[in-house]
Amino acid sequence: MKVLSLNFLTCAVKTCKTQSDSYPLHPKDAELVQDDIELNEAFLINLLPRIDWKALSTTATELGFPALPSTPPTPEDLRADAKTLRDLHNLLLETQMVEGKLVCASCGHEYAVREGIANFLLPSHLV
Amino acid sequence: MSYSAGSHVTPVTEGKGEPSSMTTNAKSNSIRDAAAQSPEAYEDEHVHSVYESIAGHFSSTRYKPWPFIASFLRERVAAGSVGLDVGCGNGKYLGVREGGDVHMIGSDRSPSLVGIARGRGFDVAVADGLALPFRPGCADFVLCIAVIHHLSTRERRVDALRKLLACVRGDGQVLVYVWALEQSSSRRGWDVDSEQDQLVPWVMKANQNKKDKESGGNEGVDTTYERFYHLYREGELEDDMRAAGGRVLESGYERDNWWVIGGHSEKS
Ligand SMILES: [Zn+2]
Repeated sequence: MKVLSLNFLTCAVKTCKTQSDSYPLHPKDAELVQDDIELNEAFLINLLPRIDWKALSTTATELGFPALPSTPPTPEDLRADAKTLRDLHNLLLETQMVEGKLVCASCGHEYAVREGIANFLLPSHLV
Repeated sequence: MSYSAGSHVTPVTEGKGEPSSMTTNAKSNSIRDAAAQSPEAYEDEHVHSVYESIAGHFSSTRYKPWPFIASFLRERVAAGSVGLDVGCGNGKYLGVREGGDVHMIGSDRSPSLVGIARGRGFDVAVADGLALPFRPGCADFVLCIAVIHHLSTRERRVDALRKLLACVRGDGQVLVYVWALEQSSSRRGWDVDSEQDQLVPWVMKANQNKKDKESGGNEGVDTTYERFYHLYREGELEDDMRAAGGRVLESGYERDNWWVIGGHSEKS
């Protein structure tokens, strides 16, 4: 599961949907792998407005990446700065979490990630 | 829904050896009654566990995208979009859009099918359609193909649509396909007079059982699994979309299926 996808995932528990601390989920004991994917500048620029930057910053730090700037780069920044573009591409698209857990800070539930697949099925008492 | 017990005969499902004295109506009512008692338990038995058992065989028969869905993905989705496929099965729609300019995430209730999709390199998660793990309003579009008809009460079907709508942004689109009641030319032969709640057999041939031995089939004999379906009547999917608080942007019929594209209503 790519870091990009983690930005779109939240806790599956109904009562957590309105709790701000249920997002983003926090990686725990995360095992990462790096893929080699062709960089697509236009795609990254188009993606930017869909990304929750604050959540991405949290995730990046928790996964051991250098801190992201406090505001997202503009399209102009990305076009002008090859390194920023490259780093963002690497974080979002080339980095996968393949093992570990995703933890909700609101309810404390831990979702297992195995072989790249996160499992969001809930035990009956949380449904 | 007002359609009442009629005196018609629905197609006999293959080889289940049910008592001939049992009428179609009694059977369908028993389906409805059993489902109503505990929809979750009913769907566990007649949907989830079936897909776990037939995943490999099922997946091998599901590789051709429906033409309208393929054209939706190729022609109507803007570059840079993020899309979800709820009930993605083996992931057959996750790779339809080529060129790497759209990001898709799939989810399915069946861990075996999700495993197959993952093996094809897609980003997928195991999740229940009524407890989705997606950030509200995060997606440009959501696909939900051949899923909603497996929910055994109208309340749950409408709730599932409500949860799909919650995933898309203000101008996002939710494309839903369900099996139609009106399919007189299909081999099942159902039509407007047929019962809408059906148990539909999936026959796993002996040789398939061999291949799928790990998933619970018996080697050497055919095994029949029954999946629950609610067959949608013309107009019903649109009604359910509106009951879920959505707006019907477009709808149609394609090869034994009703489809709808829903979005948020203008007020919201
Ligand atoms: Zn939670």
